[in-house]
Amino acid sequence: MKTTELLVIGGGPAGLCAALSAAESGASVTVVERNNRLGGQLIKQTHMFFGSREQYASTRGIDIAKILEAELIKYSRQIEVLTDTAVLGLYEDGVVNALYKEEDYFKIKPKAIVAATGAYEKSLAFPNNDLPGIYGAGAVQTLMNVYGVKPGNNVLMVGAGNIGLIVSYQLMQAGVRVAAILDAAPKIGGYLVHASKIARMGVPILCSHTVKEAIGKDCLEKAVICMVDERFSPIPGTEKELEVDVMCISVGLTPLCELLAMRGCEMKYVPQLSGSVPVRNERYETTIENLFVAGDASGIEEASSAMVEGRLAGLCAAAKMGYKPADFDERFKGYAAQLKALRSGPVGEHILRGIEQIVSKEDRHV
Amino acid sequence: MRIEEHPILDFKRGKILNFTFNGEKLTGYEGESIAAALHAAGVKVLGESLNLHRPRGFYCAIGNCSSCLMVVNGVPNVKTCVTELKEGMVVQTQRGKGVLK
Amino acid sequence: MFEQTGIPERDMIIEKFPPVERIDRGPVAIVECYKRIPCNPCETACRFNAIRVGEDINNIPVTDHEACTGCKVCISKCPGLAIMAVDGSKSKETVEISLPYEFLPLPQKGDQVSALDRAGNFVARVRVVSVLNPKSFDRTPVITIEADRKHMYDIRNIRTEEH
Repeated sequence: MKTTELLVIGGGPAGLCAALSAAESGASVTVVERNNRLGGQLIKQTHMFFGSREQYASTRGIDIAKILEAELIKYSRQIEVLTDTAVLGLYEDGVVNALYKEEDYFKIKPKAIVAATGAYEKSLAFPNNDLPGIYGAGAVQTLMNVYGVKPGNNVLMVGAGNIGLIVSYQLMQAGVRVAAILDAAPKIGGYLVHASKIARMGVPILCSHTVKEAIGKDCLEKAVICMVDERFSPIPGTEKELEVDVMCISVGLTPLCELLAMRGCEMKYVPQLSGSVPVRNERYETTIENLFVAGDASGIEEASSAMVEGRLAGLCAAAKMGYKPADFDERFKGYAAQLKALRSGPVGEHILRGIEQIVSKEDRHV
Repeated sequence: MRIEEHPILDFKRGKILNFTFNGEKLTGYEGESIAAALHAAGVKVLGESLNLHRPRGFYCAIGNCSSCLMVVNGVPNVKTCVTELKEGMVVQTQRGKGVLK
Repeated sequence: MFEQTGIPERDMIIEKFPPVERIDRGPVAIVECYKRIPCNPCETACRFNAIRVGEDINNIPVTDHEACTGCKVCISKCPGLAIMAVDGSKSKETVEISLPYEFLPLPQKGDQVSALDRAGNFVARVRVVSVLNPKSFDRTPVITIEADRKHMYDIRNIRTEEH
């Protein structure tokens, strides 16, 4: 059985930052990533990040992935990376079961774990929502920006949050037409600077609209959209048909934390964090001792905050194992201040109301 | 369906790989997923639903949703959105749940 | 309506512009950031302290139009592509408008392109006077076009294909 000090599950922005932060404190780290490369969703994010310098603001996500990977190399004596490796289970005796390349099962026994497992895209219910041509917005971003393949010719984007707005812009950069962006909410959910970028390309953003139905034989051929009232009920007579061959669903993400639930972490459904998330203390430790969480798995936010959360969780996990650096308090306060800055806007207030519900002041190890 | 020119990205495509989809000869590039290669070749329908036999394409493209399961080299339930294309692969539409040999 | 469409109202736009007298003295940045978001690269990018966000990175940036030299670095650094620049010093009839443009094909100096407003509607055919695309701009080129002064508050985008 393989042993390690800190096991980081997930090599996205949160996981990589957790690994770097723990290594900086002196711990040995193993990062497992199910994809064949590191970076998580950063590898398809061609847009510049918001935030401030500490979170690589104004740098494109694809380049942040490269920066983090370069930082990993600096700690190559301490950080081991296992790609193509999926974690399948966390067990009561502390053993982790993993699968390499869908073939070889093996066990890892770490002293502590940071789960940075990310999120998955939600779906939307409407007739024929399973037709090929209807994809998650993130899926289309992967297809275009990782593989250089266009999803189709004419796209309807469903959801005007940041992902919907950003992917619409990126579709146009790839030479694909965007017919419209819809959102059932009465207001645009994403940053308005992103919305303005789309609007001045001549793409209409239609709030208080939803998809009534998708039409097509083997693949999507048409979408029927309609207006909704304040209670999100369709308004009869407002239906419109759009000839589109692609529909992107961008109605939010939800935390991917089944491993934590399976291990017995106390979980709580928190709407502001977009799903069921583990209860944790201020040091990102869940109710299972030595099991930490960071990034979207602890609540959906921007990648900027995920990176800072990763740094915090890595710092705290290393400290718990005895690697408490002399500047621990300073680093802890520094990261906490970054998170506070990222969360003090209107979107952040919402997130903070969610976090209040899951952070306990005392340790509640079960 | 491939992006040839992009303002931000430079696609460095690997060598051309040959594979078959339901017997039809297709090509893709080294380093891409089976689903991406199929999509680039215009194949959007990857499978069908178990009970109603409705067409299925990929949905998440990152290995979460299982909407892209296919039979690859005789092995059923392969997540084609995260499985790398290899030379000579035999890719087939899956009917039913698949059988473990 | 801005929060439903992403298209700012005319009075919001005019409020972000400096007085015409300043525009007539040379290029100046206009930061069209209307809503609090956690972001401050505009402040970090400006070597002249002309854009200030302050301690709380959610603050709406404040532009000191007197300190701004019109260098256009901030246009390429804003993740929201919310910054443009205007220069009214070249002629009484026209104004030069600088915009970020991350699409292909990239226009060339001297090309005629279509100028669009904030809703993507056609405004006028205009001439490209410069294309700035140094490595430091990191794939966010800045296109400067020459337009009739009456369109100064309208133009916010370009389209390169024949209209």
